[in-house]
Amino acid sequence: MSDLKADLTLDNSGLSCPMPIIKTKKAMDGMKVGEILKMVATDPGSVSDIQAWVKKTGQELLGQETEGEKFVFYIRKAK
Amino acid sequence: MPEESAKRLAIISTHGTLDMAYPPFILSTAAVAMDMEAAIFFTFFGLEILKKGRIDKLKVSPVANPAMPMKIPNIIAMLPGMTPLATIMMNSWMRKAKVPKLSELLETAQDMGVRLIGCQMTMDVMGVKKEDLIDGIEIGGAATFLEFASQNAITLSF
Repeated sequence: MSDLKADLTLDNSGLSCPMPIIKTKKAMDGMKVGEILKMVATDPGSVSDIQAWVKKTGQELLGQETEGEKFVFYIRKAK
Repeated sequence: MPEESAKRLAIISTHGTLDMAYPPFILSTAAVAMDMEAAIFFTFFGLEILKKGRIDKLKVSPVANPAMPMKIPNIIAMLPGMTPLATIMMNSWMRKAKVPKLSELLETAQDMGVRLIGCQMTMDVMGVKKEDLIDGIEIGGAATFLEFASQNAITLSF
């Protein structure tokens, strides 16, 4: 997964619900279609929330991984 | 987004307490982040949340609140000082979990375009003037809320 090249990295470590998805949304709004966002969070709820967020917004979750206590998401701006 | 998916979140806030003020702001900001529109209608005691300088001073009562982690009998919880104590404790749990302050969530909600509607009838009943309320909100009645909620909305009450 870490071979994916992110165009932008967003660190939401230490933030709790709903901030990780709000900051992800704001970051995605400033990106171009096709670009990849690497989002890092420590909120365990973000694993479920990011999946729900991409489902509702039509963005694409390329993959996710865990690095110690951090959750890392790769999201491609699909629209 | 599938066509049948709700496009709006319409929330009624009727309790001006610390615990009941959080969910409307968390859910409405999350809704906008999910490409939905959101509105909160503040009515009855919920209007307290929109009063200038009040949002970070809301309290939580330990009376008749058996889910509070601080286990105290109602007869003690009703004593003077117990509500401020419960409030201090809850605020410290929230800070420890790095949950934003209500004023920060309010600012985020306003930045994101969540419609905040103060209830005109409540203002009349409680003698609240428009200048007593924070800037950038709407004043309206039941129809204002229902018109928004009638179009493909999820509706919730807190």
